[in-house]
Amino acid sequence: MPVPPLLALRGIRKRFGAVEALADVELEIRAGEIVALMGDNGAGKSTLVKVIAGVSPADEGVVRWEGRTVRVRRPHEAHALGIATVFQDLALCDNLDVVGNLFLGRELRRAGLLDEVEMERRTRDLLGSLAIHVPDLRARVATLSGGQRQTVAISRSLVGEPRLLLLDEPTAALGVQQTSRFLDLVEMLRDRGVGVLLISQNMGDIKAVADRVAVLHLGRNNGFFDVSTASQEQIISSITGVTSPPGATRRTAHARRGER
Amino acid sequence: MNGLRRALRSGTEAAGRRLRGGEPGVLPVVVGVLVIWSVFQILNGNFLAPRNLSNLSVDIVGAGMIAVGVVFVLLIGEIDLSVGSVSGLAAALFAVLNVQHGMAEWLAVVIAVLSGAAVGSLHGFLIARVGAPAFVVTLAGLLGWNGLMLYVLGAGGTVNLDEDSLIGKLTGHYFHEVAAAYGLAAAGSVLCFLVYYRDRRRRRAAGMSHRPLAEIAVRTGAVALVAFSAAHVLNRFQGLPLALLAFLLVVGGLDLVLRRTRYGRKVYALGGGGEPARRAGIDVVRVRVSVFMLSGTMAAVGGLFLASRITSVSQTSGSSLLLMNVIAAAVIGGTSLFGGRGTTWSALLGMLVIQSIASGMSLLGIQSAVQFMITGGVLLAAVVIDTVARRTRREHGRA
Repeated sequence: MPVPPLLALRGIRKRFGAVEALADVELEIRAGEIVALMGDNGAGKSTLVKVIAGVSPADEGVVRWEGRTVRVRRPHEAHALGIATVFQDLALCDNLDVVGNLFLGRELRRAGLLDEVEMERRTRDLLGSLAIHVPDLRARVATLSGGQRQTVAISRSLVGEPRLLLLDEPTAALGVQQTSRFLDLVEMLRDRGVGVLLISQNMGDIKAVADRVAVLHLGRNNGFFDVSTASQEQIISSITGVTSPPGATRRTAHARRGER
Repeated sequence: MNGLRRALRSGTEAAGRRLRGGEPGVLPVVVGVLVIWSVFQILNGNFLAPRNLSNLSVDIVGAGMIAVGVVFVLLIGEIDLSVGSVSGLAAALFAVLNVQHGMAEWLAVVIAVLSGAAVGSLHGFLIARVGAPAFVVTLAGLLGWNGLMLYVLGAGGTVNLDEDSLIGKLTGHYFHEVAAAYGLAAAGSVLCFLVYYRDRRRRRAAGMSHRPLAEIAVRTGAVALVAFSAAHVLNRFQGLPLALLAFLLVVGGLDLVLRRTRYGRKVYALGGGGEPARRAGIDVVRVRVSVFMLSGTMAAVGGLFLASRITSVSQTSGSSLLLMNVIAAAVIGGTSLFGGRGTTWSALLGMLVIQSIASGMSLLGIQSAVQFMITGGVLLAAVVIDTVARRTRREHGRA
């Protein structure tokens, strides 16, 4: 019997009033796999991330975690499964310091009280292992630069040893060197068996690390590609909505459903 | 000696850096208290007399208890305008149940405090679950609970309390033994030292930056100086007031809750914006409701202390002047109106400023009209400092 995927979405539907943000969306992420999620602005990428993270649950559809159907209606239900997220807007608490943000919602305690020393030590070690430099771990994150804030958000997603990592444009505010270091990190996590969903506009980054690409167009699946065989042009035409040329290895959501 | 000098210098530099970065801390309000005390002492030599300062320390307790609850509400970025009326209602309930219906005193106290908690929970439910704006919900509470208080008090309007009863002793009892006040001062100083010292030892063991011993000595010394001076002054009048002891325990205890527990961390996180806290998995609704419940509870507790101070409950209990004073106290003490920053100590420090002005004015025989104007001016100054500090932080922050 084949191993069920870490996360499988079927028929996900999400409406905001009259606008249908997601319609009949499917997605599978396996452990130890990096799936890139691509699409034009407004294609529903961030909405899908928020659905998986339990921030803004789907109106319809089934979420399966390792083969069993689960409810992810609130953020802490996603955390409990081992889903960690770097949101596009980072979602940091500006008035808390770096340590406070990293451990928010899962603070370490000692004799019932917060163990600030241990939390700071782990923060230092984690940032060190990621080669991230933040001058003052006790600085409120509001005082940090955009790049530093992004590295804080990334490190926060790694604190609980996640099994599935959702990354919504995680490198938008990073420099060239930081980005390549970050991509190394994502590959290292993949090799450790973490499933990764990576949203990015940068085709170069995606070609470099992703195993598969899932494309959304106007809230619907518009193709799944194998990065090693699909051409850049095929992916781009799928993103923009232009029909792929015949003979492409494009598989539509419809065809996938037929397979089973 | 050299280490001490270095510690003092680095301390002043750090304070200056925080000030320029928009984190004024407790420095402005401490300077404010010293200025106010100096001015009044020059104008009237009796201001700093043990008797006056001792009375001052008891006078701040009632409103100060209410202000502690308001600090929590301000921390999550909300406002509670009902605390004055709720304090009056709780006091009236106690007085009517105990004095007019002959209910056991402890039971009447419990019911009064629980009624404050219930009223606060109701506000919290309407604000956090239903989504009504806190400003309007608690404004309705301001009017409604004041009405209920008048109804409970009935035609008589005023209920006198027994000075020798439990409630009378809340503000009437003093620990006359000299050892009580000094013991408290010593305990506070030792505790302060131990907290700093153990923190330093663990941080050093983990190879992290830690405070130099000289700095710990200076900080502990400063706390000890204030504590023992206060104890000395109190002992020259009647000793340590029970009310002050209770207030210090509440402020210190809730400070521990805010800064060193998961619950406190959630409260601060809400002040940084509800959405990031929610996405971190925090049950935002529950924390909000609990904060309003705490605010109502502390209002009731404060109301009992205020009633004890004048040994009566009347139709003027829980006035809107009281509301103004407690919100002003929290803000003057350094709690931000914009949420997310402040400590319970700001309730104590802010109340000290307001009560010092009131006490000094009455010593000088100045009418309350002038007193209102000056307190209003101080509140305005505090809000301006808060706003400018916030703007400075923004400019320093995300440039």
